[in-house]
Amino acid sequence: MIEVRNLTKRYGPIPAVDDVSFSVETASTGNIIGFLGPNGAGKSTTIRILTCYLPATSGSASVAGYDVFTQSLHVRRNIGYLPESAPLYPEMRAREYLNFRGKLHGMTRHDRESAIRRVTERCWLGEFIDRPIGQLSKGMRQRVGLADALLHDPKVLFLDEPTIGLDPTQIRETRQLIRDLGQRHVIFLSSHILPEVEATCTHTIVIANGRVLASGSPTELRDRIGAGSRLIAEIKGKSDEVRGAISGIAEVSRVEIEPVGPWNRLTIEANGSGDVREEVFRVTAARGWTLREMRREVASLEDFFIKITAEQRAARAK
Amino acid sequence: MRNVMTITRRELAAWFYSPMAYGVITLFLVLAGIMFDLLTFEPGAEASIRGVFGPWMLLILAFMLAMLTMRLLSEEYRNGTIETLMTAPVTDAEVIGGKYLGALVFYAVMLLGTLIYPVLVSKYGGLDSGLTFACYLGLLLTGALYIAVGLFFSACTQNQIVAGLAAFVVLAVFTFLTNFIGQMQEGTLRVTLQHLSVAEHYESFMRGMIDFTHVTFFITTTAVFLFLAVKALEFRRWR
Repeated sequence: MIEVRNLTKRYGPIPAVDDVSFSVETASTGNIIGFLGPNGAGKSTTIRILTCYLPATSGSASVAGYDVFTQSLHVRRNIGYLPESAPLYPEMRAREYLNFRGKLHGMTRHDRESAIRRVTERCWLGEFIDRPIGQLSKGMRQRVGLADALLHDPKVLFLDEPTIGLDPTQIRETRQLIRDLGQRHVIFLSSHILPEVEATCTHTIVIANGRVLASGSPTELRDRIGAGSRLIAEIKGKSDEVRGAISGIAEVSRVEIEPVGPWNRLTIEANGSGDVREEVFRVTAARGWTLREMRREVASLEDFFIKITAEQRAARAK
Repeated sequence: MRNVMTITRRELAAWFYSPMAYGVITLFLVLAGIMFDLLTFEPGAEASIRGVFGPWMLLILAFMLAMLTMRLLSEEYRNGTIETLMTAPVTDAEVIGGKYLGALVFYAVMLLGTLIYPVLVSKYGGLDSGLTFACYLGLLLTGALYIAVGLFFSACTQNQIVAGLAAFVVLAVFTFLTNFIGQMQEGTLRVTLQHLSVAEHYESFMRGMIDFTHVTFFITTTAVFLFLAVKALEFRRWR
């Protein structure tokens, strides 16, 4: 559905997207693709190229079977796009705007009317459909933008940071909506929030500094992150003894200990993808110590990027 | 073509929602009215409307059309709506065409408001209908060129004020200054500069003549600026 080969985009001498290649095939990747990366990673630039807004410096890309450079109008007929800021004309009413957009897509009057009814319901626009866009809240404007992207029932939907600037309820609703839409459309969404991608996507492509760092299902991704996760535990007992016992567990690579009154706060790191929670419990129980907390601290996205970039650097050094 | 009309209609609607458009129309009609009252609606004055649309009118038009057209693309760049517009299945030329036609229709509506003057004149004297037609054709062609220039500058920058000022300066130069400087020169330079002067071509219509060379001048320069506007829109994305 989306095919990207050696795509590079430079703004002046600085590459925003640097030799990026990936491929999205519904059969292997599922319908909802998360494009994950920190701010400035090249996510928006890539999406702008795929939606035919920006030309690439070099490389090629195709969406829905059409080349984005040579068959741009065909691509544009088959995609819906919600840019990050959800830009709209403030003086128009939502219904007028959707009608205008429907006309640009060559829809007949009858098609436009039924499509507007459909997206109004889908995106919970309700009575806001007849309000001037300038009076709508950020969340509501986001929905109008999404309704626009859905209007002509496109094969592929590009959503650039679709939940940014929304309140928690709206974020949850939007994620649910994206999951629902994934049954009909291929969705390519960008985000810098790891849990968001984990919660909604069937496949993830990680990008940083304009390069693809990793891709795979969220489970594969979590395993890679899990390798860097830490275990936090609080155990009552003598610090030295506790440290000795926990360090003795085979897979534990590092233990930090911090006494809090009679308690010890432990930060435990394990080798590989090893899960040492069970062992920690056994050791504690065997010595008759009390365990009052044990949780896994999933590495933040930042840690993840640091880890992957470090891996890359190490690989290059070899 | 359908896309052009769609964009034209949206542009027209956007204007009639904005206070700016009403301000421009009002200003234009008030100024035209004052000129009519002072120069034409007098005993012994010529029974025509060319008093209303003297060369001074060109400067007013340059200013008003620069103000009217400056938002056409600059606003889309600034708001980011250019991104949704250009990712819909429309070509750059259709976007420019739609916006241009929108402005042209708006200008034509503005001119319609001045039709009261020829009607008034005809009540009190013999109106030269051929001259009136030539005057309006001249006004329409000049406006068509000014709008193309304004649209081109709007396609160059996301700053409306810069676009408006640049358009006004360029229009003022090509309307009057080239003629003024031309008169101080000799030989080919003089002829060239005068040929570039919009006022020179406009004057011919005000004398009641519809000369093919002058019509061609307006049509070709308008086409050139529309072409440049399409290129400017393309270029912004290629940077």
